Amino acid sequence: MNTHTQLATYNFAYLDEQTKRMIRRAILKAIAIPGYQVPFASREMPMPYGWGTGGVQVTASVLGPDDTLKVIDQGADDTTNAVSIRAFFQKVANVAVTTRTADATIIQTRHRIPEETLNEGQILVYQVPIPEPLRFLEPRETETRKMHALEEYGLMHVKLYEDIARNGHIATTYAYPVKVEGRYVMDPSPTPKFDNPKMHKSQALQLFGAGREKRIYAIPPYTDVISLDFEDHPFEVQSFEEPCALCAACDVYLDEVILDDLGGRMFVCSDTDHCEKRRADGHVGPLAGETAETAP
Amino acid sequence: MSDHSLLRVNAVTKFYGSRVGCRDVSFELWPGEVLAVVGESGSGKTTLLNAISTRLMPTSGTIEYRMRDGQFRDLYSIGEAERRFLMRTDWGFVHQNPADGLRMTVSAGANVGERLMAIGDRHYGNIRGSAAQWLGRVEIETNRIDDQPREFSGGMRQRLQIARNLVTGPRLVFMDEPTGGLDVSVQARLLDLMRGLVNDLGLAAIVVTHDLAVARLLSHRMMVMKDGNVIEHGLTDRVLDDPREPYTQLLVSSILQV
Amino acid sequence: MATPLVVSEVAKSFTMHLRDGVRLPVVEKVNFAVAAGECVVLGGPSGIGKSSILKMLYGNYSVDSGQILITRDDVTVDIAGADPRTILSIRRDTIGYVSQFLRTVPRVPAVDVVAEPLLARGRSQEEARARARTLLEKLNLPEQLWSLPPATFSGGEQQRVNIARGFITNHPLLLLDEPTASLDAENRAVVIELIRAKKEAGTALLGIFHDSDVREQVADRIIDVSEFRAARDAA
Repeated sequence: MNTHTQLATYNFAYLDEQTKRMIRRAILKAIAIPGYQVPFASREMPMPYGWGTGGVQVTASVLGPDDTLKVIDQGADDTTNAVSIRAFFQKVANVAVTTRTADATIIQTRHRIPEETLNEGQILVYQVPIPEPLRFLEPRETETRKMHALEEYGLMHVKLYEDIARNGHIATTYAYPVKVEGRYVMDPSPTPKFDNPKMHKSQALQLFGAGREKRIYAIPPYTDVISLDFEDHPFEVQSFEEPCALCAACDVYLDEVILDDLGGRMFVCSDTDHCEKRRADGHVGPLAGETAETAP
Repeated sequence: MSDHSLLRVNAVTKFYGSRVGCRDVSFELWPGEVLAVVGESGSGKTTLLNAISTRLMPTSGTIEYRMRDGQFRDLYSIGEAERRFLMRTDWGFVHQNPADGLRMTVSAGANVGERLMAIGDRHYGNIRGSAAQWLGRVEIETNRIDDQPREFSGGMRQRLQIARNLVTGPRLVFMDEPTGGLDVSVQARLLDLMRGLVNDLGLAAIVVTHDLAVARLLSHRMMVMKDGNVIEHGLTDRVLDDPREPYTQLLVSSILQV
Repeated sequence: MATPLVVSEVAKSFTMHLRDGVRLPVVEKVNFAVAAGECVVLGGPSGIGKSSILKMLYGNYSVDSGQILITRDDVTVDIAGADPRTILSIRRDTIGYVSQFLRTVPRVPAVDVVAEPLLARGRSQEEARARARTLLEKLNLPEQLWSLPPATFSGGEQQRVNIARGFITNHPLLLLDEPTASLDAENRAVVIELIRAKKEAGTALLGIFHDSDVREQVADRIIDVSEFRAARDAA
């Protein structure tokens, strides 16, 4: 992997300096107006749309030589998307990488927020497929921009109403809309709604990049992020009946893992780093022994 | 009828380039009053309706509306946010094609409840209750509340559109050919319903129609437009029974008798 | 008490633009008054302009010149120059009108057609319907028809609905355009009775009655409309 010498013709972190300046300006504007979608001149990246081109451009623009980068995909450090992006930045920026949440200065994520509370100085970069929370109800961009400008968010509740009417409860489980600092309604990207409370008053800076849609938005540290709901159907996060099968953690987001073709399955932490850390600390889940040889 | 008018339209003119949309139209509308604007296609009646309802900026002239605080405000000088708020609370707009006024892919209940949610109602049970009540008022079975309007007939869609508009208790409703494209029997039912609602709620309404029978049934007052000008204006039965202008006489004499 | 209706120097003509602008004069120099508690009948042959006069008084036809002064509670309004809103409020509160033909509204049952003028004056639905039923009963309209829309009724049945609608309110001025034209003797008698009751209540009535029997029984005065006949110009 140590091939940076062969890449001398690439600028640091792949993007040219003018592009990074342009993106940093967009980021600064996004931080100044929490939750507001700032258009930016998204570049072609050496990966297809849908693979995190927005997040990668944001990361490339805020990344410095002294940073330590962690990349997760659905909470895991070892999935294809995470491994590829981590390798990409190792190659084009030669930065230190880690899987440990606490050690990272920048964490690029797809679909999760780490279980471990983030701290001041850390930056969480989200990969966003569709930044516009109103899009599925109002297809016209001119109209959705006007709705944001005028704070016309009744439509957002129409979506939640439909959920309750159809399912008896708010069935939206991911990309659950939030209101940022009492002003802009924002799509938190397809993270499970389980993670929504972590965005509220987070000490870390949260940046969102949508490459195909050419939008950047942000939540500065210590910002109010409130999930939309009804008085008689208040916002609730998912709860799990059993703890993590490997580390016995409760109150974390679990993934279902199919063990065989006989219906065997287990639920384990989606945040692999969190799980490993707990196991290293001596926490043992009910199935930890049986799967020790296959566990990562 | 109240002593204060609700709407004051002063010398409204709209040009499309050098072509006249409507010219120098002035009138006042009082609470509880229904005004019909009739004329054939291209006579400027829809242009006028759009100009008054702040959907089309006039070339000149003013439109003043008496807000709920009792003050008249020039609609084109207030901010867009206030104007849009007005449109979704104090006004209604019933389109000829219900698909233009409804969200076809959300349920009937949400279509009716949207305006309530837009003004900050955050209690699902109350919103649904209001929606059910309004569906009843427009004669849609309450058990259709979770069905989408694309599963409804034309007449039902139009009634749903009316319910969606009236849920916030507007004082002024604009209607653009509200019965156009409906079967005669469906039309009659809709007209009767609108007539009842206008009476019960004391609504003021401006109804654009080319159908003089609709105008006679719904309106108190009538304006006849031709080539962008209002050529005759008066009590509906006076205009229809004793038309003065050549064009109005032609219109009235062209009504099919059953 | 002021005279509820004074008609002064009224003239009316029609200009038929579809027939090369030919002008058809109807009446001119119409002068008369109707006092409270009086029933005045407009007489003269057909086509002389009797209905046109009633329609002008009701604001249904425009007036070329002259004044139609309606006085109520010491407030006088000239119908000839009144705006639509004023005419509507006068129709609601002051002038009742029984037209020759009932203009039906789809789907509205007879009892509600009759009750409507009372509702418009702010009375409760129950009270208005009860009063409507009483009148329809008095006019011998079969009870099974009350809840049906009058569109399919016979001429006589429609006319009785129309009469009930006109008589349900206590408007101080009532215009009657041949209310008994298609009624049988029994129902004519009911209408005569209703007119007498209105007179006793102080209503000013102005009517057209072709039936001389009815006319004699109700009329305090007969005005010959032929006197107002306008000179035809040679168009």
